[in-house]
Amino acid sequence: MSLLEIEDLRIEFPGEEGQLVAVKGVDLAVEQGEVLGLVGESGSGKSLTCRAVMQMVPEPGAISAGAIRFDGEDVLSLGKSKLRDFRAHSVGMIYQNPFGSLNPTMRVGAQIAETLKVNRGMKRDAAKKEALALLERVGIEDPEHRMRAYPHELSGGMCQRVMIAIATASSPRLMLADEPTTALDVTTQAQILKLLARMRAEEGMAMLLVSHDFGVIAQACDRVAVMYGGHIVETGPVETIYHEPEHPYTRALLNSVPELDSAGNVQRRAALAGHPPELADVIPGCVFAPRCAHAKPECEAVSMKLQELRGDHATACPVRPFAGAGADGGSKAERIEA
Amino acid sequence: MSDVGTEKARLLAVDSLVKEFGVRRGLAERMTRTEVAPHRAVDDVSFTLDRGEILGIAGGSGSGKTTLARCLIRLIEPDGGEVRVDGTNIRAHKGAELRQLRRRMQMVFQDPYASLNPRMTVGAALHEAGKVHNRPGSEDETAFVSRLLGLVQLTDRIAPRKPRELSGGQRQRVSIARALAVDPELIIADEAVSALDVSVQAQLLNLFLDLREELGVAILFISHQLAVIAEVADRIAVMQKGRIVEAGPTQEVFAHPKDEYTQALLRAHPHPDPRMRFAAG
Amino acid sequence: MSATPADIAAPLPRPRRRSALAFVKAWPTSVKVGAGIVGVLTLAAIFAPLIAPYGPNAIDPFALLQSPSSQHLFGTDDTGRDVFSRTLYGLRLDIVLCLLVTYVPLPFAVLVGAIAGYFGGWIDQVVSRLADIMISFPFIILVMAIVAIVGPGVEGFLIGVPIAAWALYARLARAEMLVVREQPYMMATTALGYSKTRAILKHGLPNVLRPCLVYSTIDLIGNLILLAGLSYLGFGVQPPTAELGSIIAGGQGYLLTAWWIATLPGLVLVLFGVGIGLIGEGFSDRGLERGGR
Repeated sequence: MSLLEIEDLRIEFPGEEGQLVAVKGVDLAVEQGEVLGLVGESGSGKSLTCRAVMQMVPEPGAISAGAIRFDGEDVLSLGKSKLRDFRAHSVGMIYQNPFGSLNPTMRVGAQIAETLKVNRGMKRDAAKKEALALLERVGIEDPEHRMRAYPHELSGGMCQRVMIAIATASSPRLMLADEPTTALDVTTQAQILKLLARMRAEEGMAMLLVSHDFGVIAQACDRVAVMYGGHIVETGPVETIYHEPEHPYTRALLNSVPELDSAGNVQRRAALAGHPPELADVIPGCVFAPRCAHAKPECEAVSMKLQELRGDHATACPVRPFAGAGADGGSKAERIEA
Repeated sequence: MSDVGTEKARLLAVDSLVKEFGVRRGLAERMTRTEVAPHRAVDDVSFTLDRGEILGIAGGSGSGKTTLARCLIRLIEPDGGEVRVDGTNIRAHKGAELRQLRRRMQMVFQDPYASLNPRMTVGAALHEAGKVHNRPGSEDETAFVSRLLGLVQLTDRIAPRKPRELSGGQRQRVSIARALAVDPELIIADEAVSALDVSVQAQLLNLFLDLREELGVAILFISHQLAVIAEVADRIAVMQKGRIVEAGPTQEVFAHPKDEYTQALLRAHPHPDPRMRFAAG
Repeated sequence: MSATPADIAAPLPRPRRRSALAFVKAWPTSVKVGAGIVGVLTLAAIFAPLIAPYGPNAIDPFALLQSPSSQHLFGTDDTGRDVFSRTLYGLRLDIVLCLLVTYVPLPFAVLVGAIAGYFGGWIDQVVSRLADIMISFPFIILVMAIVAIVGPGVEGFLIGVPIAAWALYARLARAEMLVVREQPYMMATTALGYSKTRAILKHGLPNVLRPCLVYSTIDLIGNLILLAGLSYLGFGVQPPTAELGSIIAGGQGYLLTAWWIATLPGLVLVLFGVGIGLIGEGFSDRGLERGGR
């Protein structure tokens, strides 16, 4: 049994002309101790899917169908106190904006201690001691001193470390990380990614990592699910997805990622035309077909269900224009010709 | 570009530019009357840019790259140094002459949602820019707008729209078109593709390369993403704490970084190939 | 062009061009309700001479202090005047006077505030200090002083309110301009080499104006109540001119024996105020929503 199972998840928002469907039947599983990356562009529904696990879909959006199971237990039917329990103990969450997620009027030590007191029923002194230990564990130097700092006195990276300390305070089995490094400098990003990797190794916790940056995903994840227009279009081990992407969108996305190797060799990339679909766009069949170079007329009628290829690799593209293109560099070769 | 590097090709010369920001003194410092040294956001920065050249400026947040960009067209008043456009020192001019100099250096901002007036249609915004500076062709609004939209590869159908009716990528194209409306010789792109989706980002990078090729504009390309700079820039300058710590041809700097900070930036780049992971630490 | 077809081939987000009806449909419910109330009352006030069954000062000596009936919807007062007719005429006068004192000084005040906010420095200092003085000055005393100079009548209201009110709008516009000034699109006007006049008038003002207009609805209610209050105190509209405040003041003595004289015009005043309040609130919500994008 997987640790987290999401089945046919739909999230809808009321619109001026009927419901707008933001997440359109997503199936997802995170195994024990595994890091699953959810990658996609804006409006793909990746953040919503992640928030749905905590039942924190922003108003007026709502989960309209599907099931979310944690350790076999249906999360969506949890009562109020059970849900609080679930949020407090089973899952930790970190967000894109570390400043915004810390209370600006409270010392960071007090904020960590508060979590410990409320969620783990610790006494004041014990909580303080544990908070110190947590800060030390997330790599904050001179934690005794930092305990007494206010969030604005810390850098973005340090705030994110504090958030990680709070999120992992009750040793959750699953961490939800929604663009955890997007607001940070690249050097800080690397440190936070390393920290997450270390925490995972030490604690054995699973993680759902949402990012728009394939670089971040590649650094941290075992498996990836690529989202586009509210659907998962491809999923598989991160190496397979990078070297042998089967879905035209995945391939185009990888082609678009800027690379250091391009230095001194200024040339145009075969960029994907158009822009990602908006919520109000209703696209029949494959959501990617309007931008797809390999689209066929029948693409307007395909279902977006994932089809198993081999092992753990599945794609929603029935055309599979790259089948048999061979391992590695399929995308690279195409790029150089373009 | 046979005359690169000669005086004739030189478009922009920045010499020892300095911008200081005052630091608010804390209560303790005020009580003890301690002097606090002002923060140097741009600290003795010098570089040159030739016509048709793309110079990347890299650096983390707080490195001073945005302040530098704004000092170049005096959106922020520099405290020292020189900025010469075609030999004319922009700091020595004001009023109409300054506006004329600014016309030659156009800025494209990071946030395409905010850099367009939300109450103006695309067509009106583009036409306004041309009209204010009496650009040739701006008498005929429709044709003028249509030509500009064509330059940034958008259809005329976009002209009657308001910014909120456009996607992020389209908005950024429109702000580029608005910059082009006044026939600039230099475009300062300040994190111009950072807020965009990767697929749209790639389109915009191509667009910048097209514009350089077709119009011969020089581009000062500011970004915190080294990889983005690698895609377009001929040369790169890496900034840290207000100073340029390393500069040179992009390929050379990336292959053999000499400065410690450049090396750290390159090491921290998250490579999309999972085989190139950095070790857990 | 060697480049990608970019956005040309892609579907574009649909522009939202709507008919007038659809435009009204898109309003929040509170605005619809408020607009309904205000619309009906305003129409009634405009067409008061057609709707009112009697003149505002027509006396019926045989019908003193009559309770509401089909003949006299709101009853009659102590001199036999029809309260319903007086209410309509009173509302008419109130609306005109309040619109005048609210919207005549507004453009001037917003411009001054916007200029202060845009330039800062000594201009800002002068405007802000002047505004501070106006705001801290006791308003009723100001009106009484004006009344003392020009004699009893609406002049005190007409002169006094704009003198005090401009300061609020100027402050609001200044605060908004401080925000708008930092927006990239304002920076872009400088970068594009536009003149400051153009930047302020064409790009700054329209974006500053909206919150000021939202605030003006609250101000309008305030002025309505203020006018009624001043008339009630005898510093506003003088009897026998029909004005809601003076009608209520006149009916005050009969509150126990002839409640309708003061109560029914009072309710009309409240209803009108609520209507305007609903409109303002609805649009400010929408403003927030837009701003949040």
